[in-house]
Amino acid sequence: MATQNVAAARALDLEPRTLRLPGITWALIGPAVALLLIFYIWPLVQVLLISVTEVDDRAAGMALGNYGLLFVDEGVQRMLWRTAQICVTTTVLTLIGGYIIAYAMVHVTGRQRSFLMFAVLLSFWLSVLIRAFAWIVLLNNNGLAYEAINLFWQPLRDTGIVQGRLQLARTEAGVIIGMVHYMLPYAVLPLFANMQGIDQRVMMAARGLGASPFGAFRRVYLPLSAPGLLGATVLVFVFSLGFFITPSLMGGGKVVMISEYIWFSMEQTLRWGLATMLATTLLIAVMALIALMSRFVDMKQMYGAK
Amino acid sequence: MERSSWQFNVVMMLAWTLVAFLVLPMFVVVPVSVTDQRYLSFPDEGISFQYYWKMVTDPFWRDAILASLRVSVLSALFATILGTLCAIGCWRLTSRFSEFVRLLMLTPIIVPGIVHALAFYRMWIQLGLIDTYTGVILTHTLIGMPYVMIAVSASLANLDIRLEQAARSLGASMSQTVRLVIIPCIMPGIISGAVFAFVISWDELVILLFITSRAIQLLPKSIWDGINDNIDPTVAAVATAMIAFTLLILLGQILVRRRTAARAAP
Repeated sequence: MATQNVAAARALDLEPRTLRLPGITWALIGPAVALLLIFYIWPLVQVLLISVTEVDDRAAGMALGNYGLLFVDEGVQRMLWRTAQICVTTTVLTLIGGYIIAYAMVHVTGRQRSFLMFAVLLSFWLSVLIRAFAWIVLLNNNGLAYEAINLFWQPLRDTGIVQGRLQLARTEAGVIIGMVHYMLPYAVLPLFANMQGIDQRVMMAARGLGASPFGAFRRVYLPLSAPGLLGATVLVFVFSLGFFITPSLMGGGKVVMISEYIWFSMEQTLRWGLATMLATTLLIAVMALIALMSRFVDMKQMYGAK
Repeated sequence: MERSSWQFNVVMMLAWTLVAFLVLPMFVVVPVSVTDQRYLSFPDEGISFQYYWKMVTDPFWRDAILASLRVSVLSALFATILGTLCAIGCWRLTSRFSEFVRLLMLTPIIVPGIVHALAFYRMWIQLGLIDTYTGVILTHTLIGMPYVMIAVSASLANLDIRLEQAARSLGASMSQTVRLVIIPCIMPGIISGAVFAFVISWDELVILLFITSRAIQLLPKSIWDGINDNIDPTVAAVATAMIAFTLLILLGQILVRRRTAARAAP
């Protein structure tokens, strides 16, 4: 480490006597890092260890131990499939919505932009519990959104294509509405940061060279916004994978995704092996996605955008 | 797309619809909070502020709000001190090692809440920290630190390193340099980091569900219970109060920014 500090000091072009300083640098970094290693990283490592040491009854004798359940247990597979489906749907809807809002924010000016930004930031800062609660009030069987959506549903019912009223509370549709609502700011903010960096004149140039409005958008603007789009995709997808509060409140125990499943395995059935195995799987999936993204997107900028 | 083209107008209309979808649902809880009924509903005959009264007088809600405030202030304080010092340390050490430390400090943001909640639970059982304020404050400090690191690092990135060198060459000790030069320069970053850490702690529920049971009842847990029981309109009053609070903070922030911009302009 000493040589590194010397190198660092050289890089900073400090005077020779400052070479003694690394001591105080350690005093600055030390407490936070020590706290993190002892009370955060170590517990996480323990979870990883338990996932291979405490074998679940149902996984006994399997080659991969608890991880074998991922491939044979139907309940687990159904839950994973549901999680993947909901997360993909949420991500796609959030990105389309986020792209439109960010695009509008870049192209309007003054008061309108301030208002759009204010609306996005308001929901960004508001408690996730409060937002889920608002949706539960709206989607309940006498809630406003429920009535409004079923008003549009009525003609379909008259023609006999669908039966009954569209249920929103405690259904996948409800969970997705709540999740998209939560994730939208997380898509808008990086997309907006990216789009602000796009020179508007390239669009004029494309039009001047004979592209149709949509053609110019598709061939010029969309590729230029691809880094922001990719960053937002991974961010939203990763968040939805591990999302707990909104899915459990709005799913009402009927739409169980991986986080709630882990919670149940822990609290109700006390299956530590299963819970830690699923937690490890989730962690690996998230880490892999982030690693993948960091190859294409400047992570620092992403965090700066928040 | 040109400003005047119909495509642009369609996009704008969609954007405003989406923003309405984003903002309007929050305000549906306002009328529910002044209901005169005993259950979750819109006001029937008249409006009543009984649930606001209940929020501040009923021990269940009042104690949860006060306890939450205490926990959030303390964990934000610790997270801010530790995170700021660490960010300064990383800033001084411009090497591969400091990049590693930075990445390490960011892990609590990347790891899904449910995963670290499980980890804390297991560890806290061993340490006897389950259902204690020490345990809760410790977890909230840990998950708040990365946000402080990000905010402070962003401020430090704009700080001229020669300021530090000047202070040092004029004879200030390292701790004096940090105290009298660096920290005042990055104060805006520290404050926004502290606000972030406070909000993270104030809103955190997943870990709370694992590491607390009866001894500690914080606000997120009370709201969670209130929603799951689905009868208590006090949740709507709490929600309205929190929306109003968030609005105020945001408006305040905009005013401050506008004033600093106005001061910088001439």
